[in-house]
Formats: sequence, structure tokens, C-alpha cells
Amino acid sequence: MKPFENVKSIVTPLDMVNVDTDQIIPKQFLKLVQKSGFGKFLFFNWRYDENKNLKSDFILNDSKYDGSKILVAGDNFGCGSSREHAVWALDDYGFSVIISSSFADIFFSNCFKNGILPISLDSKTVEKLLQETNSVEVDLENQIIKTSSENIPFEINSHKKKILLEGLDDIAQTFQFEDKICEFEEKSTIPSVL
Amino acid sequence: MGKTLFEKIWESHIVVEKQNEPDLIYIDRHLVHEVTSPQAFDGLRMNNRKVRRPDLTIATMDHNVPTSDRSLPMLDETSAIQIKTLEKNCKDFGITLFDINSPNQGIVHVIGPQLGITLPGSTIVCGDSHTSTHGAFGALALGIGTSEVEHVLASQTLWLEKPKTFEIRVEGKRKNPHAVTAKDIILSIIKNIGTAGGTGTVIEYRGEGISDLSMDQRMTICNMSIEGGARAGLIAPDEKTFDYLRNRKYTPKNYESLVDSWRDDLKTDSDATFDKQFILDINDISPQVSWGTNPGMTCDVDEPIPSPDEFSNGDPNQKKGAEKALEYMDLKSGTMIEDIKIDRVFIGSCTNARLEDLIEASKVIQGQKVASNVSAMVVPGSQMVKKQAEEMGLDKIFTDANFEWREAGCSMCLGMNPDILSPGERCASTSNRNFEGRQGNGGRTHLVSPVMAAAAAIYGHFVDVRKLDLN
Repeated sequence: MKPFENVKSIVTPLDMVNVDTDQIIPKQFLKLVQKSGFGKFLFFNWRYDENKNLKSDFILNDSKYDGSKILVAGDNFGCGSSREHAVWALDDYGFSVIISSSFADIFFSNCFKNGILPISLDSKTVEKLLQETNSVEVDLENQIIKTSSENIPFEINSHKKKILLEGLDDIAQTFQFEDKICEFEEKSTIPSVL
Repeated sequence: MGKTLFEKIWESHIVVEKQNEPDLIYIDRHLVHEVTSPQAFDGLRMNNRKVRRPDLTIATMDHNVPTSDRSLPMLDETSAIQIKTLEKNCKDFGITLFDINSPNQGIVHVIGPQLGITLPGSTIVCGDSHTSTHGAFGALALGIGTSEVEHVLASQTLWLEKPKTFEIRVEGKRKNPHAVTAKDIILSIIKNIGTAGGTGTVIEYRGEGISDLSMDQRMTICNMSIEGGARAGLIAPDEKTFDYLRNRKYTPKNYESLVDSWRDDLKTDSDATFDKQFILDINDISPQVSWGTNPGMTCDVDEPIPSPDEFSNGDPNQKKGAEKALEYMDLKSGTMIEDIKIDRVFIGSCTNARLEDLIEASKVIQGQKVASNVSAMVVPGSQMVKKQAEEMGLDKIFTDANFEWREAGCSMCLGMNPDILSPGERCASTSNRNFEGRQGNGGRTHLVSPVMAAAAAIYGHFVDVRKLDLN
């Protein structure tokens, strides 16, 4: 996984609550067997009309936000289906930081597997960031979001921070505990399926 | 201090424990399907890794399989590629696969219990959020993403942060258990706690209202835990649980001795405490119908659709969400639920496509016909459910009433196969999500129980099934 690097860009304000992963990447795009190329399908039904033309009233279609790497959204972002394709689509589109007042558990976990930083902030601060028109810098090492007017600190579990900063391969880490896994298997009382 | 059932299962599966870091948890059962696994197998290949425990891994195809005649080739080329990819991956990595022609094929969360793969006290994962279904058997069952699927394939473990505990106590007795079902209980719970009410927690459902339920009904409850935002849902196993799993295809040989230990161990201690609690009294609950675009947007069948102000309780963001939902659903506040006309009926999904669901729905329609403005289909949850139903003659009852009777799969729950709504169509659905476009771009989904869906098919609009003779 690529290590996370600090990000500086304008924020894309998606002022909606309960954005589910069906909206982030609709089902017709889950049939692909690779991880790349999902960006063009991000928020497909909100971005395009039935004739595949861009809808002018959807925020991502406003050229002002082209190149933005930071998405800010309302409560319970990423709820619903476990599809990691949602994170692959956000990543491929160019977002590397998602800010919300709360995230659904599986989506939150999927972000860290793909080098995306999800940041939880209180609703008031999220409201403020939804209005932010200037460039914002996200500094993971120091856990600070720098806006034109203030520095906003954010919380992150130290283990998750390390994974992002070093771009660690989870599985290689786990293999270091091979002896512990074998030990567990020897004493496990749950029989194998077959 | 005593421990909750969840804490007991968690602690008995810790492989590595570290201070202020996630625990490495052992996974006893890994269920795999065609949509969320291809990239995981690719990852193994790229790193020259193998599947650590093929004997704990079972695969089937359910999400995008056609439910029409399976002797015909699949028309959708990309779905066919995904199906072939799963076949190849299972062959290359030595995993047992119930393919499209297997009598054991079906929705992964329906076949797991039916085959005796799901076991009390075990940890189960699958790259699907409705894995929570298996919690009905007292298993800790978690939906995971594709990277985690790869991690489990490679190591049979997962790094997990310990969730908090949430007790949902269901008290009382339903007055008419044929009309007010497990689906209505779980929709009522989600309506009350909200779609993020369970975030970061594992719910344990307890109380008389839960122990009264059959295993099929308990699965409906646990299935929709994710719709309340929870990491998993759990119900402590009892004699109903043990009876259900006896003599299944993969029931372990030492089953009775396992049952003896489960009977003693798998319960929450009387002095254990939970981080959070919610109590639902079901003495007077009504059949539920969702009116919006998330499962929390639900009301009683004999109520009008609430106004965004009533729904949001003063939260401006929720109000905005409700306004957007009403616009998408083409509904107005104040409309009585029973006045809503429907175009389609879908009885299916991992929430409500087990044998008991089909039996209950068939009682509503027996000897009647689907309304002329409605097209209706039944998609059994598994080929085993389908066969059992056919042995009971249920297929005949459905087809005589002009329902379509299909092969098993996820079907119109998420519309990855050809079973989808057209833009603007309104569907009474026994599935679990009413998100925008879930059942087809522009389609409008109302979540209901199987009996409510069956009655809507006959009348062409929602009806309060308490008014019907269901005995």
C-alpha cells in the first residue's frame, strides 16, 4: 500500500447525511474483477442523468472542485453495503481524505486498507468545513487540519496512523505471528467444516 | 464482574492481544462469494500466498446469478466473467464451491445455517454486510471488505478493534404473530435507534420477544443489525438453535458434546453490563412499512407518512434527508400508507426468503390472484429452500396466483442480475435496503414483511394484514 502523504487542496462539500455505499458506487459497477478504474463511476447516479450527461446540480460536477483531494460530508458516511469498491472509487477519483461527523464501521475500516484517511470531527466543525472555500492542509503526522483561519486537531488511533504513514502490508505483519496462530489452532474446539 | 456473550466469544478467539491496538482474532468460518472476492484472490497470487485453511472456507455464487432458466447461457457477459473467476479461484486454491448447478447453491447467509456450517460460539466472516445474519445462532458474524477477505484467506485471522456492547431487549408478546412478524420487530428497532444507532457496537437481542421466535425469524432480526449501523447482531443459542443445526450436511461429528459445552458457556452472565441499552415493547406493535430511502424512515401501516419536521425531531440535516427522500419516493407527508399503490412485489433476499417466510406469504395469497397492475416474484433464498417449498406445493400456490417462481439468489434485493425495477416503479420488497436506486436506477423500494408484501400483491396497494384472516 502507498504511504499516506500530507494533502493540500480545496474541500469538496457533500452536504448530505447517511451517504450509503450504494450511492458511492452503484451495483452495476461491482462486476469488475480488478481494483482500478472505479473513479469514473463514483456517485454515478448523482453525477449523470439517464442519457449519461453530467448533472449540473451535483457538487462533483462543479469545475471549481476539480482536483480536490478532500471530501467533507454529513453524518454516517459510507453506511450500508460492505463493498470496498466504494473506497476504490473515491481513491481512483482522487480523494485521499474523507471528513465526516461519523462513519459506518466497515467503510471506515476499508479506508485504512487503501491508504485513505477518514477523519471524524464534531458536527459543528464539519459544518464549518462544509463552508470552507480556501485550500486546506491535512497533516497526518501532527494530526492537524490547517485552514486559512485556524488549526483543527483530529484524533486517530496510533496503530492506524502508523499503518497509513508507513503504507504497511497488513498480511506481512500478521505472518510474524505465525507461531501464535498455530498455537491457537491446536487448542481450538471449533471443528473444520469438511 | 460477569461477561456478555459477545465478550466471551471475543476473548476465546484472541490470538494476539496488544495494549491500545487491535486484537488479532481467529476466524472459524469464512464464506466467499463472487462479487467481493476476485481482487482478494488476485492479491494472494501477486504475493505468492496460498489460502491458509481451505477447510474453513466455503464459496457460493449468489449476488449476480440469474434466477431464470439456468440451462441457458448467462446473457450478462461481465457477470459471467465474475462467475468463471470464482470457479477458477476455488479450483486453484482448493476451496469447496457450491456453483450455479449445485443443489446447495443459494444466498450465502441462507445456506450457511442450512448446511450446518454456521456454529454457535464461532467467528464467521464474509465479504458482505449481511453476514450479521449468522448471529442468530450465537456466532460472532462480521461483514468485511475485500482487503480483509484477502487477509482471512491468507492468515485465517483479522486485526479487529473490540466493539462496544449494545443490549436490545424485546419485551412482551405480539397479539397476532402471523401478521406482526420478526421483520416488523427489526424495522421498529431501526426506526427507534436510527441507522447509525448501533455504530461501533455488537448488539445482543434478548428478552421474551426474541426467545419466542423461530430460527428463521431470529435470522431476520440479526440480518438487519447492519441497517441499525451495528458491527454484528447476536442471539444466545437455546434448544431451538441446537435442534436446527442437528443432522445438517456439515454438522460436526462431535455435535452433541459441543452442544453440552455451548449450553453452559454461551450466554450473558446475569451480572454482566452493556455499554448501551434499548428496550422495545412489542405488545402493541403494528406491521411496518418504510416510506423513505433508508431503513430508519419507516412507519406503522396504519399511520400517515410523517412530515420531515416530525421525522427529524429538530435536526436540520435529518430534515433535509427526509425532504430529499420524499421527493425521490414521489410521496407526500400525510399520505396514508394503505393508499400507496405498488407496481412490483419482491419476496426474497437473505432477510426474508427462508421456508417459513414463503409459508407465511403463501397463506395470504392462497386461492387469489395478483392485482392486475402488479407483477410479483418469489426468489427462494437457496435451492434447498426452493426444493422444500416445492415438496409442500408452495410453488403451485404462488404460480396459481400469478407470482413468478424463480431459482435461488440475491436477485432484486440489490439488482446485480437482470431482476431490477424500471425508473419510477414502486416495489413492496421483503429485502433490507431501500436506498436510492438499490433495486434499479430510479426504482422506489418499500421494505415490508413477507405477509405484507404478499397482501400488497393481491390488493395492488399496502394493506394492514391484521385485517386479514391469516390462520
